[in-house]
Amino acid sequence: MAIGKILKDDASEEKGERARMASFVGVIAITDLVKTTLGPKGMDKILQSTGRGHEVTVTNDGATILKSLHIDNPAAEVLIDISKVQDDEVGDGTTSVVVLAGELLREAEKLVAAKIHPMTIISGYCMPAECAHNALLQRVVDNKENAEKFKSDLMKIAMTTLSSKILSQDKEHFAQLAVDAVMRLKGSTNLEAIQIIKKPGGSLKDSFLDEGFILDKKIGLGQPKRIENAKILVANTAMDTDKVKIYGARVCVDSMSKVAEIEGAEKEKMREKVQKIIAHGINCFVNRQLIYNFPEELFANAGILAIEHADFDGIERLFLVTGGELASTFDNPESIKLGHCKLIEEIMIGEDKLIHFSGVEMGQACTVVLRGASHHVLDEAERSLHDALCVLSQTVNDTRVLLGGGWPEMVMAKEVDDLARKTPGKKSHAIEAFSRALVAIPTIIADNAGLDSADLVSQLRVEHHKEGCNAGIDVISGSVGDMAELGISESFKVKLAVLLSATEAAEMILKVDEIISCGPRRREDRM
Amino acid sequence: MALAFDEFGRPFIIIKEQEQKTRLRGIEAQKANISAGKAVARILRTSLGPKGMDKILQSPDADVTITNDGATILEQMDVDNQIAKLMVELSRSQDYEIGDGTTGVVVMAGALLEQAEWLLERGIHPIRIAEGYEMASRIAVEHLERIARTFDFGPTNIEPLVQTCMTTLSSKIVNRCKRLFAEISVKAVLSVADLERKDVNLDLIKVEGKVGGKLEDTELIYGITVDKDMSHPQMPKQIEDAKIAILTCPFEPPKPKTKHKVEIDTVEKFQTLRLQEQKYFDDMVQKCKDVGATLVICQWGFDDEANHLLMHHNLPAVRWVGGVELELIAIATGGRIVPRFQELTPEKLGRAGLVREKSFGTTKDKMLYIEHCANSRAVTIFIRGGNKMVIEETKRSIHDALCVARNLIRNNSIVYGGGSAEISCSIAVEAAADKYPGVEQYAIRAFADALDSVPMALAENSGLQPIETLSAVKSQQIKDNNPYFGIDCNDVGTNDMREQNVFETLIGKQQQILLATQVVKMILKIDDVISPSDY
Repeated sequence: MAIGKILKDDASEEKGERARMASFVGVIAITDLVKTTLGPKGMDKILQSTGRGHEVTVTNDGATILKSLHIDNPAAEVLIDISKVQDDEVGDGTTSVVVLAGELLREAEKLVAAKIHPMTIISGYCMPAECAHNALLQRVVDNKENAEKFKSDLMKIAMTTLSSKILSQDKEHFAQLAVDAVMRLKGSTNLEAIQIIKKPGGSLKDSFLDEGFILDKKIGLGQPKRIENAKILVANTAMDTDKVKIYGARVCVDSMSKVAEIEGAEKEKMREKVQKIIAHGINCFVNRQLIYNFPEELFANAGILAIEHADFDGIERLFLVTGGELASTFDNPESIKLGHCKLIEEIMIGEDKLIHFSGVEMGQACTVVLRGASHHVLDEAERSLHDALCVLSQTVNDTRVLLGGGWPEMVMAKEVDDLARKTPGKKSHAIEAFSRALVAIPTIIADNAGLDSADLVSQLRVEHHKEGCNAGIDVISGSVGDMAELGISESFKVKLAVLLSATEAAEMILKVDEIISCGPRRREDRM
Repeated sequence: MALAFDEFGRPFIIIKEQEQKTRLRGIEAQKANISAGKAVARILRTSLGPKGMDKILQSPDADVTITNDGATILEQMDVDNQIAKLMVELSRSQDYEIGDGTTGVVVMAGALLEQAEWLLERGIHPIRIAEGYEMASRIAVEHLERIARTFDFGPTNIEPLVQTCMTTLSSKIVNRCKRLFAEISVKAVLSVADLERKDVNLDLIKVEGKVGGKLEDTELIYGITVDKDMSHPQMPKQIEDAKIAILTCPFEPPKPKTKHKVEIDTVEKFQTLRLQEQKYFDDMVQKCKDVGATLVICQWGFDDEANHLLMHHNLPAVRWVGGVELELIAIATGGRIVPRFQELTPEKLGRAGLVREKSFGTTKDKMLYIEHCANSRAVTIFIRGGNKMVIEETKRSIHDALCVARNLIRNNSIVYGGGSAEISCSIAVEAAADKYPGVEQYAIRAFADALDSVPMALAENSGLQPIETLSAVKSQQIKDNNPYFGIDCNDVGTNDMREQNVFETLIGKQQQILLATQVVKMILKIDDVISPSDY
């Protein structure tokens, strides 16, 4: 019985330097992978799934790329997780957070090689995170009071977010679209209310925001295709056969005529239900469940537009839009709130027929129709737009805004550098390393744009030593430019989340000195 | 091997299929066991103390856990060796009993085993070693009681409790904001504690986590959070002065458990059945309404129709609430769990000052907060953090801190931390050793050396010279006759643990020593290991 035989056969154990090495290698590999997608000139990646059909996704969204990777490195998994959280929490900055965490660890590796204890590095990373946070807090611009200015801020943020995506060609168009959509939400972060419909065909420029609501459904046969001043009842009820729900009930008859009677009664019941619905004085009925032909026919006869099988999201949006109420019983019509809209009609986008509700009462929800050459383009466009919408909706709640283009990183780096000079002891090395990791982000942005990063970043550094400087990297002209003039802004909340979760993740990985992995779960042989 | 001969000289087999088994006996077996125990202790050694490192553990399903909690590490390790499993058990029992010091106990046991190996080599019988250890542990535990201090705290003076929790938390990932977490833990424990009976039911504290935000956003909620939302999207999101009906019966037609059939053979029956069904739904909702409930919390699902009727009667409802949460809600709001609609009465309703729905981030995650409850004895600690692993680790840390606070309420004796208690015990045991005649003396002395290994590991992990630091502290303790000098892990500049405010509970320390000694005794008594060999 040897000493090594404590763990099970397949389990492995890595200790000390080797464990640290393994996590650094994993982290740096992940960082290098997504690094090239950062910034307005970042490149896309093709992801091919291993499933049947080998579906292809083209994207430069960090979270999407990382989510699809199969990773066998625990440290790398931490990074993937922070990017996922960033996506859920603020929606954008998914690449930046990974890159920043990666750079922090890359710098930490150098320090560890120089025989500085990881614990010293961790405590050295804590201080600048706080200091950088304060530096940002001092420089934020908050235009909450001034609605006009705030809107232009939102516009700038949307353009900055979109400029790194596939939509960058038409970023103005889409930024306008996103800002309009978010302004309609009036401060709620419920992006469910914004529906995105993708229809291949046309060009990206043909995408539009519809004030009303579009439901991707067909109108029942023989029913009016156009209704003005519609009164809408939104329901969630069975319109196939209305079963008796009392458990164990079943029909047991002894002759054919009885069957017919019961069938008649059933039909009568349905007819009654339909009558009740019609008695609400509606001319449009939307149901979440199936509507069978028989009730559909009844509705058609009454001149009511009946829409079946609207999915749950659609329903939820529909009553957000029309102000109606979701009903399941129809006995007292006076207490059910009906939805209203000016016009319901069938419209054509590309080759598909859709139902369009316009002139709605409550303008919270809206629909964005994306057009594009292929499914891949549309998918990527949706992701980009989703990012922009997320950032905007978060900004509406937290109205603080920063400049973009590597400006916040340089501001933080300068403050952190100052801190390093004031801090005695070994920690100051770690603090300096933190500032270097921050500077890495503008460097990567410049590199990705094919610019001379060393030159640009040193210019930036000089600029930033002047008071009240707005300098950042202007990728388009390839020089240092005034970010305020160029109108490149970013949301404070996104930057802050990037800073905090990247530091947290880096600390966590640094603290590890041993990796113990269990053997993979065996598949049971069923032979 | 186990081959014996009967009186006719024929061999017979004692152990079945012995050729497939490996067997170790005598000193060999003890050495193998000791080395296995030591190996486990070695893994945990670097996790000890405020500067201890974390471990990454990858489960068979490739989930990653990052932790420095001894019990968690050992539990998730794929341990095969029997002795190693004993060590795992050891740390687990410390976790169940005390909740903290799970790493320390294993390190202690490892050191005892290491010392035992030395003694074995010198030819001392394992049983004598075990006895010596037993005596020494008794001396140590008594000594601990002598150096223990009681300290006062009360509902108004929570500072001492916070300090203790901070010691526990300082070795964890939440080090950065330990003050906040310590305060949260203490407040949580105090609000559920029964100070008269000196008892704390930790089940009343619910620890919930959600990714996003930062650690500093963690908050203590005097109430309950439920990871559910209102059953109908248009129900009000905020209810003040809620009267809550807590139901364990579904809003559905009854399903008798005995098998039955309802036969429909005429149209009339069909009609009446339909009416009955409608009436049933109406009745259910009406009953809730009649007793004056303004919120319905149900363990089961609702039928669409019932859902609409509830909405219709302006009666917000939550469905699919888990059993544990339901109980907590009942405790917090002072309500009764009602299994049948017929039994619903106004007295059985729970009361809460505020019930609100809160959404997070860009996804449509929603949670329900039930606050300002009638009986504020149930609280929730709601953790936010950058990623899943941070949250999981924070939960574990909070659990440790809660346990420490609870132990202090049960018994408010403390000993000082930073290795000072161990060093002091070591001195006491060493001194006592000389009084014992016989071989046990050696074992007792070895025990004293083993006690030193905890402060040694602390010093090592903090990047100090272990031997130099330890000997300096030890001589200082003897010189000043002051048992409060320990290892200065955080480089504060003083060795006096009273000034650093580093202390641990007395029961925790005593348990550590007792449990470690017991396990080591058990391991030492094994002299034969038979195990199926690899094939």
